[in-house]
Amino acid sequence: MKKNHTEEDVYILAIESSCDETAAAVVKNGREILSNVISSQIALHTLYGGVVPEIASRKHIEKINQVVEAALLEAGMYLEDMDAIGVTYGPGLVGALLVGVAEAKAIAYAAGKPLVGVHHIEGHVSANFIEHPDLEPPFLCLIVSGGHTHLVIVKDYGEFEILGRTRDDAAGEAFDKVARAVGLGYPGGPKIDLAAKEGNPHAIKFPRAKVEGNIYDFSFSGLKSAVLNHINHANMMGEEIGVADLAASFQSAVVDVLVSHTVDAAKEYGFKKIAIAGGVASNSALRKGMGLACEKAGIAFYYPSPIYCTDNAAMIGTAAYYEYINGARAGWDLNAVPNLKLGER
Amino acid sequence: MRILGIESSSLVASVAVVDDEVLTAEYTVNFKRTHSQTLLPMLDEIVKMVELDLETIDAIAISGGPGSFTGLRIGSATGKGLGLALKKPLVSVPTVDAMAYNLYGSAYWVCPIMDARRNQVYTGIYDNRNGFSVIKEQCAMDILELVEELNEAGQKVIFLGDGVPVYKKQIEEKITVPYLFAPAHLNRQRAAAVAALGGLYYEEGKTISAAEHSPDYLRKPQAEREREANFS
Repeated sequence: MKKNHTEEDVYILAIESSCDETAAAVVKNGREILSNVISSQIALHTLYGGVVPEIASRKHIEKINQVVEAALLEAGMYLEDMDAIGVTYGPGLVGALLVGVAEAKAIAYAAGKPLVGVHHIEGHVSANFIEHPDLEPPFLCLIVSGGHTHLVIVKDYGEFEILGRTRDDAAGEAFDKVARAVGLGYPGGPKIDLAAKEGNPHAIKFPRAKVEGNIYDFSFSGLKSAVLNHINHANMMGEEIGVADLAASFQSAVVDVLVSHTVDAAKEYGFKKIAIAGGVASNSALRKGMGLACEKAGIAFYYPSPIYCTDNAAMIGTAAYYEYINGARAGWDLNAVPNLKLGER
Repeated sequence: MRILGIESSSLVASVAVVDDEVLTAEYTVNFKRTHSQTLLPMLDEIVKMVELDLETIDAIAISGGPGSFTGLRIGSATGKGLGLALKKPLVSVPTVDAMAYNLYGSAYWVCPIMDARRNQVYTGIYDNRNGFSVIKEQCAMDILELVEELNEAGQKVIFLGDGVPVYKKQIEEKITVPYLFAPAHLNRQRAAAVAALGGLYYEEGKTISAAEHSPDYLRKPQAEREREANFS
C-alpha cells in the first residue's frame, strides 16, 4: 500500500473544520492532491436557513475520524508516511475550529509528526496552486466567500498585503440573504447563480457601491437593502417579483464591483496575474466577468475548480506545505483563533 | 492494564495515567486558560516525567459528558486523535459517575452537581457505602427538585462539583437530611477517577472505537430545541 516515499517528497495530512464542512486530505509536495475527503453538513443547516455553530461543532466531532481515515485510505498511505499534519486554526467558528485543532494536535503528537497551523484564507488562496502548476507568487487574489471578501497581493507563499476588504457583509453573505428574501433558500450562492441564468441582468438597476476612503474596499449592505426594498415595494404594489431577473440583476451588481476593483488594482500595481478563491469563486457570472475583463486587459486569469473553491482540506494541505518548508511549526498549545487576521502568525 | 484518562468537561483540565491499582501520574489544572491550550501540553509533561511510551496504553478513558459543550469536544477530539494515531480503543466514562467515584466507599450518599445554568444542574445520586453504586443516573434537573428528591430518600448526603458554590445557599435553605460539602482535594473532576473507573469499564469490555466517540451532552443545541418547539 505504501507509495514510493523518496527523501525529497513531502506528504501532508491536512484537516479543515472551520465552518460546516468536515474535511481531510493528503497532499504531496504541496500541489499534488492524493485525496480530498469532504463531509458536508449543508443539508442539515438548510433546515435552519444558515450554519448553526453548535450543530456544526457536534457534526464535526462525529465525523472527524472517519474523514481522516478515509483521506489516508484514498491516498493509499499510512499516518506514518506523513511528514507533517496541517490544520486550519482560524478564522472561523471557534467551536468548529477547536474540533479540528484538538484532533490534529493529538494525531501529530501521538504519531510524532510536526504540526503546522494554517490560516483558512491562505488555504483558499492556495487552492489556485493545485490545478495551475505554473502559478507562483507574486499575483493579485480576490477571496470571496460566505465569511470573507478580501482583495490581496500574494507577495510570496504565506506573505500577503491586503488591498481591500468588505466594510460590512461578505459577498457570499449578501447572496445568502438575498436568496432567503426571495425564497430560494440556503446556500444562496449556487441558487442565485442558477436562477440568474434565466434572468436579465439589466432588468433592475441596483447600486454599485463605492466606499469612502480606500477605493479597493467593498460594501454589500447597501446593495442588499436595495434588493430588499425592491422586494417590499413590489409586494406593497401587489406586483409579482421576477426572481430570475432580480437574481441576475443583483448578481451582476456584485460581480461588477468585484471585477472592477480587482482589475483596477491589477492595473495600478502592475500585476499580470489575477486569481480568485473562496466559495463565491465558483459563481459562473464572476468567472465569466473576470475572465472577459482580464482578457481585455491582457491579464492571465486563474480560478480553482468548484470543489477547491468551497471549504476543503486539500487547499489547507497546499498552504501547510509552503508553511512547512518555510520552517513553520505549531506548539501543542495551538489554539483556535476565530478572528485570525491574514498574515498573522 | 494501563489507562490514560482525559477530563475537560468543566473549567478543570486533567490528564492521568493509571496502571492497574496505581495512579502513576496526574496533572490537574483549574485555571482560566482554555483546554485547547492546556490539555496536550499537560499530557506531554506527564509523558516526559514518567517516561511513558504511549504505545503501551491499553485504552483512553474520556470524561464523556455532560458538561461544557466545547470542553467536552476538546477532550473527545484529543482522545479521538490519540486513539486514531495509536490504534487504541476509547472508553467513554459518564462525567458525573467519575465525579462520584472520587468518593468511593463514602458513608454518605454522593451527589455531584455541575452548574448547568438557569437553576439546572447536571447531577446523579450514588450509594457508595459498599464501593460504588448508581442510584440515579446522570441527568439534567432543577436544583430544588434534586434537593426535594434527596429529602424524600432520607439518606445523609455529600455534595461536590462546581455547582456547589453556585447553589450552596439554596441547598442549605431547603435540605432536611444531614449533609456535607466535599473539600478541595475531592470536589472537582479528576482524570484519575476517569481513568480508574474507565479501567473497570475496559475490563468489562465496554470500549468503543475512536471514530465512534462523541460526547454525551444530555442537552440538544438551542437552535434544535427552538425548532422542535416551533413544530409542536
